[in-house]
Amino acid sequence: MEALFVNLAAVLSGWLTSLGLSPIWADTVLLFVKWIIVITIITLNIIILIWLERKVSAFFQERLGPNRLGPFGIFQTIADAIKLLTKEDIVPSAADKLIFKTAPMFFIVVAVMLYTVIPMGQGMEVINLNIGLLFFISIGSLSTIALLMAGWGSNNKWSLMGAVRSVAQMVSYEIPLAFSLLGVVMISGSLNLQDIVAAQGKLWFIILQPIAFITYFIAATAELNRGPFDMPEAEQELTGGAYTEYTGMRWALFFLAEYTNLVAVSALMATVFLGGWQGPWLPSWLWIIIKTYGVILVFFWVKWTFPRIRMDHLMSFSWKVLVPVSLGNILLTGAGIYFCRWMGWC
Amino acid sequence: MQTDIYRVNVGPIHPSTHGGLHAEAVMDGEIIQDVIVHLGYVHRSVEKIAESRTYQQFVPYTARLDYLATNLPVLGYCQTVEKLLGIEVPERAEYIRVIMAELSRIASHQIAIAATGIDLGATTGLMYGMRDRERIMNIFEMTGGQRLLSSYIRIGGVAADIPDDFIPAVRSFVNDVPQMIDEYNGLMTGNEIWAARMQGVGILNPEDAVKYGVTGPNLRASGIAYDIRKAEPYGIYDRLDFDIPTGSRGDSLDRWTVRIEEVRQSGRIIGQALDNLPEGEIIARVPKTLKPDPGKDIYHRIESAKGELGYYIVSDGGNKPYRLHVRAPSFINLMVLPLVCRGGVFQDIITNIATLDPILGESDR
Repeated sequence: MEALFVNLAAVLSGWLTSLGLSPIWADTVLLFVKWIIVITIITLNIIILIWLERKVSAFFQERLGPNRLGPFGIFQTIADAIKLLTKEDIVPSAADKLIFKTAPMFFIVVAVMLYTVIPMGQGMEVINLNIGLLFFISIGSLSTIALLMAGWGSNNKWSLMGAVRSVAQMVSYEIPLAFSLLGVVMISGSLNLQDIVAAQGKLWFIILQPIAFITYFIAATAELNRGPFDMPEAEQELTGGAYTEYTGMRWALFFLAEYTNLVAVSALMATVFLGGWQGPWLPSWLWIIIKTYGVILVFFWVKWTFPRIRMDHLMSFSWKVLVPVSLGNILLTGAGIYFCRWMGWC
Repeated sequence: MQTDIYRVNVGPIHPSTHGGLHAEAVMDGEIIQDVIVHLGYVHRSVEKIAESRTYQQFVPYTARLDYLATNLPVLGYCQTVEKLLGIEVPERAEYIRVIMAELSRIASHQIAIAATGIDLGATTGLMYGMRDRERIMNIFEMTGGQRLLSSYIRIGGVAADIPDDFIPAVRSFVNDVPQMIDEYNGLMTGNEIWAARMQGVGILNPEDAVKYGVTGPNLRASGIAYDIRKAEPYGIYDRLDFDIPTGSRGDSLDRWTVRIEEVRQSGRIIGQALDNLPEGEIIARVPKTLKPDPGKDIYHRIESAKGELGYYIVSDGGNKPYRLHVRAPSFINLMVLPLVCRGGVFQDIITNIATLDPILGESDR
């Protein structure tokens, strides 16, 4: 079971070479297959995830949640997806058409790209990049541009306000986000995510880096635009923020991308702080799924409990609390590593 | 840097304006320079309709003024007409009216709590408020046969006697009130983000509040302990023991906590009314055709969930009012919205609308 997917890839690769393809072409085809699998899994996973969020929020709010379509309402999301696909596609006449139409695509592409580097098991990643963590952070920050495009292209005051807010918020939260991961990089001495997982063989980084875990969690919530930091959407204030003018599948793409981001960030948290795919008894790819879903549930819990924070409080919280704390964590980690070496423990 | 002033229309179609309110915000970036309140989107000419309906026929219309606290406007109207005609209401009816009125007040405040929750992004708060209000709706259904607009209170008393399962249901609800309040406080009031969004936001000075004629929980949050139930008791309120919760700063957080405390006090009032509920008639002998003396006019006011709700009726001797005017607290309370919003950030408009708790059915009439 452990090497199920790795073996499958090896079999496919062997079969392709036996067909007479050169190794480069075989690798390209394999990469393509991997991508299709990743995208399929993402889409299927999101259907489950939306259903799960509805059920979890219903549990918090003493409701039943979806319960009509299929057992426990599991097919509700599929029905919603069909509804969204068949809805009329409305483009406002005053919109900047090109930017308006490309924004959702850009958002989803950026979100899917995040999965390139996440190790989904032992030897299971699309590309084993030696700067994986840096790649993840830099690609993750690109989603700001998608929201800005959506806000600007819609030519609507609500959308623009949502976009401006999202840019301000994401730029501020990028910094503690990256800084909080630096402590982990300092200890493991690598930006490669597989190496970071390997460095957690004895002790998970959540124990060595508890401050970094908390700052990363808060910054990631803001980065994902999830409650209590769902400023750019803020349906009670901005009537949907940057997504106000979007309908049907374009709107659904934004929604899809947000969930894709959520899974990616949760998987990264599981990888960086919770020991990645390592765990006893179960195969590695199952462990990462369990851990990712654990983190996702915490995100759900936070969202359905907290009210939305105010914009100026959000900014001052980032610059006055999160940035100094994450910088202090780097200093503390450095001192800790120096002390550890001086004592000869590591 | 050269910047522009821009205008954002919050409403009339917006998720957080509690009905057809249109607040035009004049914004300098995220800072509010001014808010212009446009009213009249739910104008139904209730006052004009009153002139073509008999006194009894107009009762259901009043229920539609403040549809979230449905028994309170009906109570105010019926008491005004009773005062005009000198009708004596039986003791039992007075007690039932108090129970229904205070239940309505709790229902209205729970909507305010729930709506504030959703407006500030605490979606779970909405569900908690609505869940508890549902029990009151069931109690209303027991008595009036209708959940939202029961028009159970009539001129001279109440429409029907209470059913057997009414008292246990109300009693169990009243007993659960402190627990409900603990839940609201635990989920929302105690939250750091919640406090930060409300503290110091939308401050209404006591002087301004009096100058603008603000009444109800909004006035009491500014520190003035003025409650018509105490200042000018109507019905049997002079026999009941309850406190008037007040705030000290007059900000949104005070308005919020005052409402929560009022739920507790209303619970106390209902408890006392249940303990002392006498036996007897439930409606006075009222003639079929009500004809007050010509030229007689009357103003009567009650403490509605939103503030001072007054009715002014002028009679010309016929069976219909010559003129009827409603002093709607929401209309007057809304006038301070620009005052409390100025200088705040955009999100404060939503907070202030939520904590001022206007009801547009009453404000536009």
